[in-house]
Amino acid sequence: MAAGVATWLPFARAAAVGWLPLAKKTMPKPPVDNTSRSDEILYVNVSGVRFQTWKNTLDRYPDTLLGSSEKEFFYNEDTQEYFFDRDPEMFRHILNFYRTGKLHYPRHECIQAFDEELAFYGIVPEIIGDCCMEEYRDRKKENQERLAEDTEANEASDAPLPPHSTSRERLWRAFENPHTSTMALVFYYVTGFFIAVSVIANVVETVPCRPPKGSVKDLPCGEKYQLAFFCMDTACVLIFTFEYLMRLFAAPSRCKFMRSVMSVIDVVAIMPYYIGLVMPENEDVSGAFVTLRVFRVFRIFKFSRHSQGLRILGYTLKSCASELGFLLFSLTMAIIIFATVMFYAEKGTKGSTFTSIPASFWYTIVTMTTLGLVKLDSVLQKHWSQVYHQNFIRLKVRLARIRMAKKGTTNAFLQYKEDRDRDSDSTALCVKNRSAFEHQHHHLLHCLEKTTNHEFTDEMNYSELCMTESVGFRTSRSTSLSSQQGAQNNSTGCCPRRARRRAAMRLANSTVSVSRGSVQELDTLHIKTTSIPPQTRSSLNAQADDLKLNCGEQDFTAAIISIPTPPANTPDESLPPSPAPIPGILRNTRATAYTHDTVKISSL
Amino acid sequence: MGLDGMEVIAIIVVIGLFIVVLKQFGIWEPLSLEDDDSTDSDLELSMVRHQPEGLEQLQAQTQFTRKELQSLYRGFKNECPSGLVDEETFKTIYSQFFPQGDATTYAHFLFNAFDMDRNGSIRFEDFVIGLSVLLRGSVTEKLRWAFNLYDINKDGYITKEEMLAIITSIYDMMGRYTLPSVRDDSPFEHVEKFFQKMDRNRDGVVTIDEFIETCQKDENIMASMQLFENVI
Repeated sequence: MAAGVATWLPFARAAAVGWLPLAKKTMPKPPVDNTSRSDEILYVNVSGVRFQTWKNTLDRYPDTLLGSSEKEFFYNEDTQEYFFDRDPEMFRHILNFYRTGKLHYPRHECIQAFDEELAFYGIVPEIIGDCCMEEYRDRKKENQERLAEDTEANEASDAPLPPHSTSRERLWRAFENPHTSTMALVFYYVTGFFIAVSVIANVVETVPCRPPKGSVKDLPCGEKYQLAFFCMDTACVLIFTFEYLMRLFAAPSRCKFMRSVMSVIDVVAIMPYYIGLVMPENEDVSGAFVTLRVFRVFRIFKFSRHSQGLRILGYTLKSCASELGFLLFSLTMAIIIFATVMFYAEKGTKGSTFTSIPASFWYTIVTMTTLGLVKLDSVLQKHWSQVYHQNFIRLKVRLARIRMAKKGTTNAFLQYKEDRDRDSDSTALCVKNRSAFEHQHHHLLHCLEKTTNHEFTDEMNYSELCMTESVGFRTSRSTSLSSQQGAQNNSTGCCPRRARRRAAMRLANSTVSVSRGSVQELDTLHIKTTSIPPQTRSSLNAQADDLKLNCGEQDFTAAIISIPTPPANTPDESLPPSPAPIPGILRNTRATAYTHDTVKISSL
Repeated sequence: MGLDGMEVIAIIVVIGLFIVVLKQFGIWEPLSLEDDDSTDSDLELSMVRHQPEGLEQLQAQTQFTRKELQSLYRGFKNECPSGLVDEETFKTIYSQFFPQGDATTYAHFLFNAFDMDRNGSIRFEDFVIGLSVLLRGSVTEKLRWAFNLYDINKDGYITKEEMLAIITSIYDMMGRYTLPSVRDDSPFEHVEKFFQKMDRNRDGVVTIDEFIETCQKDENIMASMQLFENVI
């Protein structure tokens, strides 16, 4: 439960006195509390540093080590104190959590050490206060990423191969760890060299060389020494193709390999050459072909196999992808807005370069970048993450926490009720290990149940009830009963399921199995009894003057014939004798079946 | 630039929309002087503190021992360092005990019952005096306290409307998922029962004497009054 709730529980229980004059049923007995009443100071010795605190302070969180009886394992009889052989610096933060209700994460501490301390003392990290939650999450994520990288690096270790490895496995290992064998190393360097050559050739191709004899215009070197460049390109592509095919052959999982980033880059780097080979010398397509050659620049990315730094850069970009994405989005938005404004502003003038909105994009981009929008986006990024965390993550975390806490409390209470039902006579002997706080809280909820004479249930049971309700309601709609009576039908319609459950528990009859079947019979009997003329109903009503549920009840009691009657071991409430025998019997059955329901029978 | 009138208007509209969008994102807020004032008043509110009366006086006014008062105050001060509990905080605290339903309405009535001088906040004295009545008071005092709770406008009479409000708020605390379902007329029936029992002279209101007299005759109520005595 949330902070400080334990402090207010006595107050909430005392305030329950306000329900007593209104209660419909007698209140349950309070749980026996054997612990000593008066508050005392406890001494906690953590590796020599002595802490002192009130016992009540620690009792605030009964589901942690210090708040429960688990701390008795650490009690030192000789020195009359609790001794923990842990870090006293960390303990300070833990103890402050009990004192203030907020857990703070100290920034200078290692995240893993902090997590271990929390785990030892039984505190879930989710309750770290909002002030420190962001920092904690960031550090945790960072740490996990680092661990993942470490494991990855460890996997690709230099351990010797298992003795009976196939040549395929050896080849793969040679590719992944070049420094394991000299051949692999040679290959590694050769490919690196050719990547460099290829990239440089691409660049130099476009440099204007001195024109050949007989021409005035400058030519790019690529066209002057066309053959030379073509040969170089062919050689590089051959090497790359060979390397790619080798890797494909050696890969343990070919599909996975083909989907990996590096393989895609390899393919993209060599495809233009092959496409160019098979392409006819057609004027129309050569324009497109030229564009394809741009992809040759991707060869530079092949260097990332050779350089650790490039890979790290890739990971960094991936990790802040969301922030970058937002940045890009906001820039695009600004560009579109400004470009549109500029276009429409300049529309009328002659000779304007802003012939269309996309044309004014370029102007806008250049202006914005020149004006140092880079500075703006760094500011944006910083505040973006803050705001994002503030509005969305914190809200989500808080809502999740509240939902979890509510669910936890509800489940605990329902569990307590089940235990109580099962052994209704025995008091506190067979209860599970539940703290005093929980006992008292459940007692409080139980008092509320008795006040209103309704019981708590959870969503599952409630939705089951709604299904049986709807069955009953459908049939009653065919009659001309008033809506109130229909509602009464429904409410008592809830009961048979509960009654059957109780019967099954008490008698170990398979009454429950009859439930579905008897619902059917309920339908038919409903229709039958509602055909009774009103005066008969009213005459029955006259008998039952202390029973408010008149018509609906009468219909309903008829339906109970179908249920095998449990033996009347529950005391019958004092009902007036009714004239017709059948309704009388039915009313008896009804009374035994619904000891928990009927508001009307109890004396208020 | 040679703009036409329509284009000027269009440009102004676009710029206006842009400003609206920026404001929506909270990027640009118009400066206002009121901001400074509001932050000042926030500071002021948080500096209001209340120190309780001395320990001896509280001992005289309540039935708690010195140690109990000390323990109670430590808990209270830890939760509310300013020494005062306002209604919102009270509602939040009380709602935590009833996760399934909505306890805010009942908490409101409870707050008014504790806040004896009706100044909108519960001080430690109010808190501890209320607790003393509930836990250590005589049966008559407890009944009087309950009557005070039900009597919303504190005029000495409980009307049907007041009772209906109280009982509805109690049923609200049960929440949606109950066995059987809370019907719409459940609170009303409950009120009718209550008045049938308590209202002796059938004048439509319950006075304090009728209330105490009827409760003293009911064994169930009298027996249950002892239930919460050992809470603290």
